[in-house]
Amino acid sequence: MPTVEMTSHLYQFFPVLENRTISVPAGSVAQVLQHVNDIAPGFTDYVLDDRGALRRHVYVCINETIVFDRKTLSDYVSDESVVYIFQALSGG
Amino acid sequence: MSNMILLGTRKGTVIVDRTNSTWQPRPIEHAGIPVCYAARDPRDGTLWASLDHGHWGPKLSRSRDGGSTWQDVLSLKYPEGARYIVKVLPTPDFDPLAPAGQPEYADATVYKIWTIAFGTADQPGKLYAGTIPGGLFVSDDGGETWQLNRPLWNHESRGGDLFAGDATSENRWFGTPASIDYGVFEPGIHSIVIDPRNPDHLYVAVSSAGVIESTDGGLTWTGRNRGMLNDYMPNPEAEWGHDPHFVAACAGQPDHLWQQNHCGVFFSDDGAQNWRKVSSPDSGVHFGFPIAVDAQDGRTAWVVPARADMARMAIGGGLCVARTTDGGQSWQSKRNGLPQAHAYDIVLRHALDVAGDLVCFASTSGNVYLSDDRGETWQCLGNNFPPVYSVRFG
Repeated sequence: MPTVEMTSHLYQFFPVLENRTISVPAGSVAQVLQHVNDIAPGFTDYVLDDRGALRRHVYVCINETIVFDRKTLSDYVSDESVVYIFQALSGG
Repeated sequence: MSNMILLGTRKGTVIVDRTNSTWQPRPIEHAGIPVCYAARDPRDGTLWASLDHGHWGPKLSRSRDGGSTWQDVLSLKYPEGARYIVKVLPTPDFDPLAPAGQPEYADATVYKIWTIAFGTADQPGKLYAGTIPGGLFVSDDGGETWQLNRPLWNHESRGGDLFAGDATSENRWFGTPASIDYGVFEPGIHSIVIDPRNPDHLYVAVSSAGVIESTDGGLTWTGRNRGMLNDYMPNPEAEWGHDPHFVAACAGQPDHLWQQNHCGVFFSDDGAQNWRKVSSPDSGVHFGFPIAVDAQDGRTAWVVPARADMARMAIGGGLCVARTTDGGQSWQSKRNGLPQAHAYDIVLRHALDVAGDLVCFASTSGNVYLSDDRGETWQCLGNNFPPVYSVRFG
């Protein structure tokens, strides 16, 4: 099963996701995120907008490849993959 | 008398409590998250904060225990098919003589929840939220679920019903920056006024469109901008395109409404049927963002004047609050206790409030000032707060 890793920033809002391995069934990125949402209700509201597209400053990678379809999240996540969810950085 | 002040700041929500005669801030809540508006529902004491996450989208947060704990509320979402006409700004190669093209449409997504308003006492659970891009959301169940007010979204001044198809009228709403998303410049609802005599009587104010009124609970809406001036526009008296910075009404005299914009302070004593300008640049009261109205006397209001328009800072390096008690015919400058040198503060549209004799304002420089005598004298509650976006008595 693929696993999901994410910026620690999100643990602030979803502590249930911290200090655990998040394993979900293979499928599209949309399905993977929905599985995470099942563990942590409200999670998709943080990474997806009203239309279910990735928010502008959120990035998702499958292994080392940034997902192509940010709008409908159709990129396929295979069994051996790791999905990374992270945020854009800004200066100060 | 109020014993609580809520500050929405760049770094979270700060609650300031009064104990006896002293005001003491609590440790910050929502630490690190911009809070563009925070207020207390006077009906049941629930505290609300509008979170302006930089990455994770706008959220509403709610506390039902006086601010000890906070919970996310389900995100407001535009329904499928909600679109708006994108205002395409001219580029250097723009040809003003070229035939107008077809409007560009964008699917709506919430960029900012700019303000929250509470229904009347006989409407428990009724809440309103104003957003960028220009959506009025309504909840009838205390914020558990929200619905977009479609008649306002589909208003003819915005192009008509874009759920149904292409625009049927011209879009006359302009934009305002949505700070979370650089480059986004869309209309925003920052003021929602509910008539305490009649909960079906509403006003909303839109940057940059103007004031719109409903007398049937939001089923129909009519622009109320007669008498407003846009002295930087080709037609200063155009019906639309106004940029009210904030609109407030007197609770005891709800037909007395006030607003301030780039062109002065405007007052209406006939329920926004007519506005009249009650300031002049020479008087020291002209440009500014917030305005507050006395709860009993609709002719008494407060503003925090600033240098217009490209400067947006205190006038002459000294902070002052101006108060009128005669409907804007005259203004008195109140400075006792406020810094009069090297002050460069700007006070944003939601960052001034009045409750009885209490007046409080705060600036993006992190300074918070309070008066307990209607502005005659001021005390500083702190100089090192984060930039303050909103001030509301609880």
